[in-house]
Formats: sequence, C-alpha cells, structure tokens
Amino acid sequence: MTDEVQVLDDPIVARFPDYVRADDRNGFEGYIVAGEHLLAFAQAVRDEMGYDFLSSLTAVDYFSEDEGAESFFEVVYHVYKSTGGGALVFSVQVPRETPVVPSLYHLFPGADFQEREAWDLMGIRFEGHPNLKRILMWEGFEGHPLRKDWQEAYYEEDLKPFGNRWPGGEVYRIEDKRPFGKNVDYPAGFDPMQWQSEAEKAVYDSLSKSQYEDDDRLETDEIVVNLGPQHPSTHGVFRVVVRLDGETITGLEPVMGYLHRNHEKIGERNTFIMNIPFTDRLDYLSSMSNNFGYALAVEKLMPRVSVPERAEYIRVIMAELTRISNHLWAIGFLLNDMGAFFTPSLYAIEERELILDLFEAVAGSRMMCNYFRFGGVSRDLSEDALQLARSLAYDRLPRKIGELDSYLTNNEIVRTRCEGVGVLTPEEAIAYSAAGPILRASGVPYDVRRADPYSIYDRFDFDVAVRYHGDVYDRYLIRLDEIYQSIRILQQAVKDIPEGPFMGGRSQYQVRVPAGESYGRVEGPKGELGFYIVSNGKANPWRYHIRAPSFINLTAMEKMCLGQKVADVVVVLGSIDIVLGETDR
Amino acid sequence: MTQQNISAPKYDVPPEIQNQVAVTSLDRIYNWGRRNSIWPMMFGLACCAIEMICTAASRYDLARFGMEVMRPSPRQSDLMIVSGTVTKKMIPQIVRLFNQMAEPKYVLAMGACASGGGPFKEGYNVVSGVDKFIPVDVYVPGCPPTPQALLHGLISLQKKIDSQSIRSVEWYAGEKTNEAIPVPVLGPDLMDPREIERIQAYTTDKAARLAAEAAAAQAADEAGDSQDGEN
Repeated sequence: MTDEVQVLDDPIVARFPDYVRADDRNGFEGYIVAGEHLLAFAQAVRDEMGYDFLSSLTAVDYFSEDEGAESFFEVVYHVYKSTGGGALVFSVQVPRETPVVPSLYHLFPGADFQEREAWDLMGIRFEGHPNLKRILMWEGFEGHPLRKDWQEAYYEEDLKPFGNRWPGGEVYRIEDKRPFGKNVDYPAGFDPMQWQSEAEKAVYDSLSKSQYEDDDRLETDEIVVNLGPQHPSTHGVFRVVVRLDGETITGLEPVMGYLHRNHEKIGERNTFIMNIPFTDRLDYLSSMSNNFGYALAVEKLMPRVSVPERAEYIRVIMAELTRISNHLWAIGFLLNDMGAFFTPSLYAIEERELILDLFEAVAGSRMMCNYFRFGGVSRDLSEDALQLARSLAYDRLPRKIGELDSYLTNNEIVRTRCEGVGVLTPEEAIAYSAAGPILRASGVPYDVRRADPYSIYDRFDFDVAVRYHGDVYDRYLIRLDEIYQSIRILQQAVKDIPEGPFMGGRSQYQVRVPAGESYGRVEGPKGELGFYIVSNGKANPWRYHIRAPSFINLTAMEKMCLGQKVADVVVVLGSIDIVLGETDR
Repeated sequence: MTQQNISAPKYDVPPEIQNQVAVTSLDRIYNWGRRNSIWPMMFGLACCAIEMICTAASRYDLARFGMEVMRPSPRQSDLMIVSGTVTKKMIPQIVRLFNQMAEPKYVLAMGACASGGGPFKEGYNVVSGVDKFIPVDVYVPGCPPTPQALLHGLISLQKKIDSQSIRSVEWYAGEKTNEAIPVPVLGPDLMDPREIERIQAYTTDKAARLAAEAAAAQAADEAGDSQDGEN
C-alpha cells in the first residue's frame, strides 16, 4: 500500500505512469524508463521540466553468473538544469543479448562522444546515432572491455588484492604465464595474414562526404589534414583530422584514445581506497581536484563518515590552489599555441612551481598528491605550509598574476588573434554539455560550487566568473577571472581555518561502502568533474565511471572550428584546455 | 667542459700554450660535442611530459646541459624521451617516429609506465614498457620522476655517450646501419609483424583446442543423456 501512495506522490511517475517507474533498489534514486519511450521522456524532461544539461551518460553491466539472478545492461543519464539545482537521474535497462537503446544525439548533442564511448567499451548500440564507431579503442579491436565477462590479456583475478600479492602468496609475474610474454591475446581462428586494418579508414570515412557535391561552384578539391598524435600543439597525444577547402575548415573530427589507460576497468578491480592514486593520474595537472571529486562521491555512499571542519578547509585550499596552477598552465600554453613560444609559459610555470612546493610539503609529491581520504585528508597541514599558503594567497600570487594580466590582456597581438575566433553561443554550449570555463565564457553563469554547492563552498564570498562572447579571448579572460576569484576564496580559507582533527573516524586500511549508486561532482579547473559509482556493498566498486570534462568539452570542438581557418584549430584547442589523461582515461 | 676533460692523457701541453692548444683523441672531441648538444624530441605522452616541461623551464633549466633545443621533428632530434604510458594505439606511431630519427639516436624511458607498464600495466590497451618494441638506453624510475631524477637520467646518458667509440658503434659499421623496426599493426589486439607466424600458430591451436573441448563437452552431455535414459 505504502508503495502505491509513494508512486502517486511522485510527480514524474504520475505524469508518465505507463512507462516510467521509480527506481526502488536499495541505495538507488531516480527513474527507470522503458527503452522505447526514452526519446519522448527525454524530450519532456528537456523542454517542459527544464533539465537542459546532460551531464553524464554511462552504462553499467549488471552481470551475474548466479542461477536465477537477472543480467542486464543499464544506461544511466544524469541531467541538470542550467539554472542550478540537483540532478534528475533516469536509466534504461536492456537485455545483454540485444543491447539497443535509442540515441539522445539529436536531443542532447553532448551525448555524441559519451554514447560512442558506451558503444566502444560496453557494446551498447545507440539507434539513431549518425557516427557510432569506437572512440577510445581502434576500429577492429576484439570485444567490449568494460563488460564484466570480458577479460584482458593480463587477467589474474576479478578483484584486488590478488592472491599473489598477499604475504604468503605464490609470487609470479603475469607475463610469464602468457603465451607471448606480452599484454596481448588473439581470438581463436584469427588469421593475421588476411588482416586488413580498418582503424584508419573508419577515421576518414566520416569526413569523406563533401558538402559541395551538388553545388555549381568552381570545382575545387578538398584535402584532409592530420594534426597529431605527435604534434606540439595538441597538448599530448591527441589527433585532429580536418577537411579543408583551401584554408577553411569544412569538417573536423577529433581522434582520441592514444592515452587510453583503461582507468575504469582497473578501477573496478581495485578496492575503493586503491583508486585514489589513480584519480591523480586522470587530469594530471590538477590531481587534488580529482581526489576531491572521488572522495565526495564515495562519502555520499557512506552516511557514517563525516569530514571534520579543518579537513574541509584544507580541501578547499588545495582545490583552489590547484585551480590557480592549472589556469596558469592553460594560459601559458594557450600563448604557446598562438606563437609566443615558451616565454609566457616560463612565467606561468614559475608560479606553478611555488604551488607545487606547497603540495610537496603537505602530500609528499609534486604532481601526484594522493592526499584526500574518505572522511578527511591523509596528513595535517603544518604551520609552515599554512604560512606558505598565506604568503601565496596574500602576496605572491595576486602580484604576479596582475603582472601576467597587464602584459597579456590588452596586448594587441593577443587580441587580434583571439577575438571572434572559435565562437560558441550559450545555447550551443549547453546543448553540447560543455562545462567549466567553456560554458561560462559563453555567457552561462553555471558553476557547480554555486549551482549545487558541495563541501563548504556556501560559506565563501566569491563571484561566478562569466563572459559573454564565447570566443577564444573570453576563454582566456575567464581563466584570469577565475584565478582572481580563487585567490579570494583562498584568502578567506587561510584566514578562517580552524584547529582540530584532519580525519574523521578511525583510519582504516579497507573501507566497506554500503550498496547503492552515487554521482559526486566538483567544479574542477577544466569543468564539471563527476564520478559515478555503483557499489554492491563489497570492498571494490562495481562500476566506476568518470565524467571527464576534457573529454566532453571536445564534443563542441567541431562546432567551434567550422568555417574558421586551419591555423585556428590550434588556438581553439588551446583555449579548450584539455589534458589527455582525462580525455582518454 | 674543462680542458682536462677534452684533453686525452699522455700528451703534456706546455703551460704557456695551454689556453690555445688542446691535444685530444677523435673519440673524445666527437663525444664531447655530442654529449653537450643532445636535442630531445618534443614529444610528450602523459603525466611525465609535464615534469619534462618543468625540467626544461626556468627552475631546473635543461639548457645547462645543452639540451634545451626541443625539436618537434624526429629528423632533427637525437633523443626520444618516452615520457608516459605507452598504449597499444600509440605504439605504431612511436615506432615510426623512432625509425625516422637519424643515427646516432637514443631513447630514454621516463617513468614507471614507459619502463614497464607502471600502475597501468594490467590495462588492456597498455604496452608493458616501450622496450618491448624499441631499444632503450636509460630508464628513469618514478611516477612521475621528479625533474631532478630526469636530469640524473640525462647525465647518465651523457656518461654512456662518453664511453662510446666510433670504432665500435653500430652506425659507423657500414653494412648494417639503421635497419627499420617493423611498425606494429592494430589487429584484434596489437600485432608485432615479427611474430605473425607465431600468432597464426597460436590462433589455429586455440581454435583446435576450443573445438576439442566443445566436442568433449558434447560427448559428455550425450553420454549423460543416454545414462539418464537407461535409468
């Protein structure tokens, strides 16, 4: 009886009683939508309820070998209102034998890469997606690696810690047990002599259609140009394939996966606490922010863990310092991409080194801090370190960033190079799920710290930086604005930080996380960084998915570049500010 | 570089002309020039690339060793710093870049991933160490190595160059110079062209084994069925 009353109370279920039901699994919230009505439901959610920002789209493999237990795939959607507020979560369940789900590509263009990723790694076919091909692995790779019954070549056991790593275990190296002594395996009956690689063909195919075919213009040839994966402007191993008409871009396709390190597969074998150092290596320029997002997501599932005051302040100090160091790097390397080779970067790196000194003092490592724990941080902030943070916040950083500002912002070359290049309108930015500085430079004042506050950000006085032109110049300015706001937060935090413990509860080697799902998100330097975690009550996460801002921000790249000149690709890419560790994971 | 290091032993230069004349061997002067102008390739793979850039920046200053000239083209560079995780998708390009470098060329594996797979070793898209495909001269441990560690690695490389002699090095040997390494192929999994026959033998064998297992299972089933029938 009580169930029925609840159903009637729920406005969404009451509205679509035929094909939407509330998710009643323990620890889950949200709605389960029947697959054939997904498009109608998503349309209503977007147009009538105002949830216009598709934050995350991912799939979970509920695979069970037990007799009687049901096995199925679930595609999970998290949508938000671009005016702020909490998430609406809905999911679609499909059988493992026929995993077909309608594509949301035409409703939310930001679903493009995320659906391709779900197809690549989980093997879910999105009906209606115009370009559904692998995105992180290459076309022709055998299998869909994130399925629970897919095993990698170096497979040892399902869950860590592995037997051979325990004291008393039989110690061996996994490569000695594999036929090639290498991390490779091949399907039975495969004939390497007959193999024709389709990886490159698949990349060029989507660019081969010329838009001028039926035109009666002067006949010209379009050419396809590759930038990367080894190219100094791509900030790592990223590749862009552009189709050019003269110098004008008529088509663009980002190709990624050259740094796909199988984060999620490894993360699902790891225990919860083992994943913290792995999150460092996602966006390796801002490891503290990554720690923050992961810690929040897991703490949401652990109702008994509470973070002490001092730890909250330490977390905010570290997250804001990370934002400053990341934006310094981004500005320096944006100038690099414009042709001011390495001089502005040197000034930016100098300041970043001072911040890294502080990280090294508190966490023991310059880049891979591994500092956050569930319920606090791993070590206290010493008085010396706090003093260093104070001098950075009050003296050094405001002074030096003002210097950078005065050299660059009104520089005529910078302005003529950047203004009006790579424009993204606010509507497009929301539709493409762009986040962070990209979204705010397009005139949407959306900052997770304000829109959906976490930790203790509601206590600080700061403005959400916003700019209105959506071009490369505004994306440069927004980073400077954010640095100034971060310094404001930092100044308040180092002033108010209380004494007390830095870790809640007792420290433990292994955490047990109650069953359920959670989506923790923070405003990372690159944008909204989300961790989607499903726990089944054991020591290892069942599903561990990262909503990577660098990855999803790239969805809008073609939109920004179409009609521009080929040299602008480099500047636009620099202004998006990607880090490949996070893009490819 | 002090004169002491260039001058070959055994020749005593009179003190009054020591500032003008140095007597040395060909090996020494050649290596001295090479070791102080190693141009690394501008080629970053992952996290370690950030530390490599920091090493080149003002605080650690790679220019002290004559290595600040980073070249984006493999044709102009002497040293490939493999700075990060080597993935299966990327290794064909790395091998191709290595083949395009002119001799004498060196490879420095920076960090745990490039040396042996590192924390991501078990990943399905990760090559456990770049030395599975190209020869490595110096390994630098760390995740990521600090700039100091990278500098130590580069100094070790300089020592290695010092110890080489043009009489014995391969690239002067004449016949067998610069043999290109076959570029790996992206198949259902990464394929090394040198192992094609082994792969074929393996897959045929695997197919036969699976077929035999299936046949055995079916036979067992049938036997079980007939027993059931008798009972």
